[in-house]
Amino acid sequence: MADNEMYALHVNGTRHEVADAWIGESLLYVLRERLGLLGSKGACEQGECGSCSVLVDDELVCSCLVLAASAVGQAIVTIEGIAPHGAPSDVQRAFVECGAVQCGFCTPGLIMATHALLERTPQPTGSEIREELSGNICRCTGYGRIIEAVQRVAVWRSIEP
Amino acid sequence: MLTDAVVRTSTGRVVGQRHAHHDFIDKVKGTMLYAADHQPPGMLHGRVIRSTVPSARIVSIDLGAARDLPGVAAILVADDVPHNSLIVRASGGLGELAIEMPILASDRVRYTGEPIALVAAETQQIADHAAELVVITYDELTGVFDPLGAMEAESPLVHDEGNVLVNWHIARGDAQLGFARADVVVEGEYVTQLVEHAYLEPETGVAWIEDDVVTIRASTQVIEHAVEIARILGLPSNKVRVVAAYMGGGFGGKEDMTVEPFLALLAWSTRRPVRMIWDRQESLAASTKRHPMVMRYKTGATSDGRLTAQQVEIIGDAGAYPYLSARIVFAAAVVACGPYQIADVDVRSLAVFTNNVPTSAFRGFGAMQVTFAYESQMDRLAEALHLDPAELRRRNFLSKGDVIPTGETLQTVVAVGETLDRALARLGELPVPSAPHKVVGRGFACNMQPYGRTIWFRDQASAWLTLQADGSLLIRSGVTDLGAGQAASLCQIASEVLGVPLAMVSVYIGDTALTPPAGGTFATRQLYMSGNATLAAATDLRGRLDPVAAQLLGCAATDLDYVDGRVLAIGGGSLGPELGLSLAELVSECARRGVDTSILTVWHADVGTFDPVLGQGDTFPDYTYGTHATDVEVDTDTGEVKVLRYIAVHDVGRAINPMRVEGQIQGGAMQGIGYALTEEIVLDQGVNNSTLFTNYLIPNASDYPDIEAEVVESGEGRGPFGARGIGEPPIGPSAPALANAITNAIGARPTRLPMTPERVLGLIDTTRGKSWNHK
Repeated sequence: MADNEMYALHVNGTRHEVADAWIGESLLYVLRERLGLLGSKGACEQGECGSCSVLVDDELVCSCLVLAASAVGQAIVTIEGIAPHGAPSDVQRAFVECGAVQCGFCTPGLIMATHALLERTPQPTGSEIREELSGNICRCTGYGRIIEAVQRVAVWRSIEP
Repeated sequence: MLTDAVVRTSTGRVVGQRHAHHDFIDKVKGTMLYAADHQPPGMLHGRVIRSTVPSARIVSIDLGAARDLPGVAAILVADDVPHNSLIVRASGGLGELAIEMPILASDRVRYTGEPIALVAAETQQIADHAAELVVITYDELTGVFDPLGAMEAESPLVHDEGNVLVNWHIARGDAQLGFARADVVVEGEYVTQLVEHAYLEPETGVAWIEDDVVTIRASTQVIEHAVEIARILGLPSNKVRVVAAYMGGGFGGKEDMTVEPFLALLAWSTRRPVRMIWDRQESLAASTKRHPMVMRYKTGATSDGRLTAQQVEIIGDAGAYPYLSARIVFAAAVVACGPYQIADVDVRSLAVFTNNVPTSAFRGFGAMQVTFAYESQMDRLAEALHLDPAELRRRNFLSKGDVIPTGETLQTVVAVGETLDRALARLGELPVPSAPHKVVGRGFACNMQPYGRTIWFRDQASAWLTLQADGSLLIRSGVTDLGAGQAASLCQIASEVLGVPLAMVSVYIGDTALTPPAGGTFATRQLYMSGNATLAAATDLRGRLDPVAAQLLGCAATDLDYVDGRVLAIGGGSLGPELGLSLAELVSECARRGVDTSILTVWHADVGTFDPVLGQGDTFPDYTYGTHATDVEVDTDTGEVKVLRYIAVHDVGRAINPMRVEGQIQGGAMQGIGYALTEEIVLDQGVNNSTLFTNYLIPNASDYPDIEAEVVESGEGRGPFGARGIGEPPIGPSAPALANAITNAIGARPTRLPMTPERVLGLIDTTRGKSWNHK
């Protein structure tokens, strides 16, 4: 394959060299297959399900739709970087407490989407939550507990900002 | 007939509590290792090369260019498969055709997407490129794409043996006499569609050779396929090991083999690790689907609302190969009359081959489609009788001890009436329309869904429990976990009996080499089967521990209490310390006395027989009952249906973990709503036009309101602690509840799923005297 190049990505605060990679690889592919960051999930690879959601310069994106090489120089945060020091984030804790998890395949993407949502809108209404999370498909839970988990975090953060 | 009274059960210390198992932690942190996340060094990438036409003879397969591509490690075709056939028998020869399904097609393809060749290459890109270089020449044949057409004499044959795979007949009493006794008879035809499981994790796995054993770690509901895979490879069964990773959803779609035989063939042939991931388009195009059914119902009742007779004909589209179709249309037949007492019944249920993508297991397993039909019929009947639809149902609900159309007697309480009462009570007043061009309506539907395998399979499951020196517990079980907490529930059951704190319980699952067989996770059977096996093993272990503890504490064995990692004498023992013994001390004492604290217990389900000629006999161990009720608002300008409220109530017997139980109900109901309103795989002459999530519409967070789940605990299921299975039941009532609500709103009845805006608008037009050809 031609067009192989070397470039570096900043993921979760760490610089990663990406060597000998085809320039057309998606960010999701590079995260999973080259950097060993397996938390982001490939479920549709068409930007329809949100399972691969990551933050690029604080913006929520489907990593399957972003060319890895186009993210050079940007700060990438994946599920592995949300709570790097062991203790789960408040969003992760709320998902566990509310039972907002079943098979778990959509969960990393939803956790990322929830962090992004609450950064942007710290006290979202129910319909704002539903609208903001509508890009993340969950086939197991029916969403109610996920909405509840987001609301719980919003309450926690309002008490202890 | 009055519905059975419900007996409440008390909450246990662990059973009945809302515990979050460790799988939740791994899943929220992204550290759960799913099947595709295991990447052995030197791994190759596999790909299936599939038929692009629905019915054809294969003239030639040219592999030359693909073989020459640098980085291609292997390309396999039918001749490379040592034993290239699979025969799925419904139940050991109960009347269905025995059809061979090739692993790779050799001379004939029967559906678009049928596997023809396999490739393994150094990268996925090379594998995909190689797949494009394989040239397959077809001699196309006339296909048949409609099961009704496939039943006609002049239809092309999908298989030489015939197009009707199976034709079940279940009859009780005399339907014609029953209709003669009826004052009112209503008839209806109901049509359901092809539906995708759409688990977010597609079909995937990794295989490698270890100690000359083909090891396959895959996303599968059934590790027991290892035996079949060994047969395909021409190896003894001990040479294939299947390990089930925690699944990113299954819903029945990973009950049949998916990637496993392909991975095994590629790994065996290359002697290298191989990974295969079906991408979403491949999964949507070629994986098995839910059976579309045509269901014709005729129902009779007396003027006071007693059902007298029901005649049912069910025709299911099996697609091109049998898979589990014969069993699915059987389940449809068994519960075709729903949770109602009807003396005179005649049910025919057929599975018919077409050149469509094969259909097989999907949450609900045939019992779901018929719910749409029988609950639509009940509302039609209520209207004809000028009776309240809830009252009509109450007059006909089954009770414990009643005989259902198969001739078997219901052995547990039937609390469907309580689920109905609770669902309707919770809805309260019907809201008013939000705009002049909108109308509102209310509907509900009740269902019964089997749990456990048909009992002629002599089902069994085992559990291996080891209480360790420090008082911690290991559970080993062959159960696979789809994400519903199959593994976690076993921990709660064992913890309840043995008093080991949950944090001190570990569960190892789904490995044909290292865990004892549990059967697969399907048929809503694992809480019933492995739950009972774990309860039996824990109880057996108590049987060993109790005499030792009783002697040490100076009390009767019946006075022992196991709690929080200790054994106590209730009311104080004569010898032991006040605080009793720690489990570690007890294990240590057992070791001194030669009492083994590791135990393997096999639990056997009931056995029985079914006569396929008479259509009478024993079928399923038991059933789960429920009611869904909903308010909808329909826009009469656009046909759009807005769900305003949605209540789902099921009798689960006993909730082992209420959080997980409610999760099953909420998620199942939501899948049912998608099935009812938006989801459809559209085939055009066998070619799939719905291979993207942009045109296969799954509910998202903003589409529908929360499912309000309510749990009834009758205490009378046949699972551990009186639990009933709840995996499949909640998907059933959604479509008829919504159909009944839409009918209530617009005054015309949808009989075809999904109930899209176009179709609903077409129905509204008929009420206004307009007629359009809305398909």
